Amino acid sequence: MKLLLAASVIVILASISLLIGAGDLSLTALLWPQDGQHAAQILLISRIPRTLALILSGTAMAVAGTIMQALTQNRFVEPSTAGTVESASLGLLAVTLFVPDAPVIVKMLVAAGFALAGTTLFLRILRLVPLRSVLTVPLVGIMLGGIIGAITTFFAYRFDLLQSLNAWTTGDFSGVLRGRYELLWVAFALTFLAYLAADRLTLAGMGQDFATNLGLRYRSVVSLGLIIVSMVTATIVVTVGMLPFLGLIVPNVVSLIMGDNMRRSLPWIAVLGAGLVLTCDIIGRVVYYPYEIPIGTIMGIAGSALFLFLLVKGRERLA
Amino acid sequence: MRENRQPIRALLILTALAVGVIALFMTLNARGQWDFILAFRGTKVLTMVLVAYAVAVSTVLFQTVSHNRILTPSIMGFDQLFILIQTSLVFTIGSAELTALDTRLMFAFNVTAMVLFSSVLYRWLFSGSSRSLHLLVLVGIVFGVLFRSLSSFMQRIIDPNEFVLLQDRLFANFNTVDSNLLAISTATILIVSIFGWRLMHVYDVLALSRETAVNLGINHNRAVTLILMMVAVLVAASTALVGPVTFFGLLVANLAYEIAGTHKHRFVLPVAILLAIICLIGGQLILERVFAFDTALSIVVEFVGGIVFLALLIRGVAR
Amino acid sequence: MIEISNVRKSYGDTFVVRDVSLRIPRKGITSIIGPNGAGKSTLLSMISRLVPMSAGTVTVDGLDITSTPSDVLAKRLSILRQDNRVGSRLTVRDLVEFGRYPYSKGRLTLEDRAQAARAISFLGLEALADRFLDELSGGQRQRAYVAMVLCQDTDYVLFDEPLNNLDMKHAVGMMKLLREAADALDKTIMLVLHDINFASCYSDYIVAMRDGAVIRHGAPEDIMTSEVIREVYDMDVKIQEVQGRRISIYYA
Repeated sequence: MKLLLAASVIVILASISLLIGAGDLSLTALLWPQDGQHAAQILLISRIPRTLALILSGTAMAVAGTIMQALTQNRFVEPSTAGTVESASLGLLAVTLFVPDAPVIVKMLVAAGFALAGTTLFLRILRLVPLRSVLTVPLVGIMLGGIIGAITTFFAYRFDLLQSLNAWTTGDFSGVLRGRYELLWVAFALTFLAYLAADRLTLAGMGQDFATNLGLRYRSVVSLGLIIVSMVTATIVVTVGMLPFLGLIVPNVVSLIMGDNMRRSLPWIAVLGAGLVLTCDIIGRVVYYPYEIPIGTIMGIAGSALFLFLLVKGRERLA
Repeated sequence: MRENRQPIRALLILTALAVGVIALFMTLNARGQWDFILAFRGTKVLTMVLVAYAVAVSTVLFQTVSHNRILTPSIMGFDQLFILIQTSLVFTIGSAELTALDTRLMFAFNVTAMVLFSSVLYRWLFSGSSRSLHLLVLVGIVFGVLFRSLSSFMQRIIDPNEFVLLQDRLFANFNTVDSNLLAISTATILIVSIFGWRLMHVYDVLALSRETAVNLGINHNRAVTLILMMVAVLVAASTALVGPVTFFGLLVANLAYEIAGTHKHRFVLPVAILLAIICLIGGQLILERVFAFDTALSIVVEFVGGIVFLALLIRGVAR
Repeated sequence: MIEISNVRKSYGDTFVVRDVSLRIPRKGITSIIGPNGAGKSTLLSMISRLVPMSAGTVTVDGLDITSTPSDVLAKRLSILRQDNRVGSRLTVRDLVEFGRYPYSKGRLTLEDRAQAARAISFLGLEALADRFLDELSGGQRQRAYVAMVLCQDTDYVLFDEPLNNLDMKHAVGMMKLLREAADALDKTIMLVLHDINFASCYSDYIVAMRDGAVIRHGAPEDIMTSEVIREVYDMDVKIQEVQGRRISIYYA
């Protein structure tokens, strides 16, 4: 019931998102078309794809963060604090360098492959670190991301691709048009797959011993989770660029309120993820109208402030 | 004293190496007018020496105060803070008036703001002895993201069309340095050094532990505040000159502890400074003259520094 | 019946468990005792396939634990290790219901829910059922984990130091409950215990380990003698009969 209420808030946000922008697109122009042909076209080609892209990527990223947190049993991990995003960018750079004309699905798959390798490497390194405190885990991830990022920047610099790199690492929805966002449905499908496997992922989040005792094949669930996270990250990096902190904030807030049983919490995480992205995008579009502030920047501010709050305030619970 | 033999020998060798590297940098592949080359390369060498000095000293002192080997001012977001202050300054004054403003005046203002702000912020972080090291680092990193996002937000608003140009100015770059800025940075660093030299006897005691230092009659709070202010000034100077270099300090400080073989600051500090000079100028020399790359040094430092950081975590140094 | 034959665990040249062979009969409580580092927990973890064996075989009712699919085994045998730190924020009810996972694979039937409710009330956790695990005391949490394992409803239930975190009253309550589970529900229970007096009072069978090997096993009367305890713990203790139970006095 409450979920329904939340979903209707999303619908309202989505409508607002549809109605703002540089082109004239008031409700009156749509309903009583004088030059209506034009308004409808803006709606179909630019606004609807953008709003859909926001909802799809917000949902997928928040869920991917939740999965990462279950797999590492650590609340501070998400694709951008585990080397996943940086690996995906490296993969994308490699494709762009070697097969510049590859179709976007191929680029996505290569990026996903790199993301998978990078995240696996992260889990390997974690096993090497003695005295694993709650905070070492994201620290290792951030450092690994830094190293991989350095490699990427190095080659991007050499081959004059810094600008593309910048586009992949900072989320920006202003370029979303019909025909350029549909890959995000893949991310959405993966999110749905995660929902089907919610019980298994929750069990994996309780640790290897618990999971094995209950007859779960722990390793295959970890692999499934890693594949979902890598593909989702790659899809988002390829289409709209990274959305930092989303996968951190949303799962943590939802977990505080309703716990970690994913069968129950995943729908909420999805809805809140979409809502947060829609809100940040709307803020980015109106705060300096008619110019746009990229959503990555807005989320960087809102996200890191919220994260700091969680770190300092909620530490007793998280540690 | 026999125990001092190793550090003294290390100092002698490093001095010779540093002089050698500088000489090589000044003369290698030099064709054409000598006055021009000496002036051009001399400015560059001076910049690098200043940066090396500032980074080495600030990192070692910061680690002494925070009792650990993995925190550095850059990891804690100091240099992002500097950029934020600089950006807010541009934001409030406006870029048109700014070009008329004296670089020296602006630098002085930046440094003052930085010292005030960072001493408040980091005093708050370091108060409360129970705060864990990992929490501090994570908070620092997130502060860095927050500062960076805020800066890029303001940069967008200042002039959305030319923000790329502004960002260029903030990228670590050893080739284009304002000579006015160089002069005032030199002066600032000299003043801080004279001041810092007189505190030399305190550092070794502070490094032991807070309790020991207080027991030995040192006003711990006052000493820590003074050192943090010095660190802020040094970071401001280095960031103003070449932009942020995240892992360089970490690399140099940890190498220095290994090579000096002692924890006495009168050895560790000079060893770190010399190492920083050798790494920076030597690295630049190799990249520039041997591989013919231009400004990729900061990326290479990021790469190597990140690996050192992970190695330190895996070896369990970060307790 | 659990049959353990020539089970070994070694890391390089160090042996944690050396060639242990044992038969654990169906029904009743078997306690493993021994000094720190004797290999008790490792043995228990290997029997329950949480830790791979270096050599040897374990069969549960004839099923080889290395070749039997994990989910089949999960309906026969369950284990609770010590120091469980579940980071997930789950309610007690969530946790206990996950005990039904081997049967339901996440689609809980009415019967599954009823089973979970029974386990919750068996452990006296009704009032806490909708609280999150991280809001409970150590003892309450321990009881919740035990409820989950009982809800798994397996013939064989293994516990590694189930009395951890429990005060005197709750420790006795837990042992009585396990005794009841063994007698009324026909469970076969294996425990690692530190307090040999609990082992003496509540088990049908005691296995004494030292340096990775089983050095004695038998009924409590056979194990609870000064000679055996000296052999196991290198310590002189008095054994006294109190109300028909053999109790060791080792405090002074």
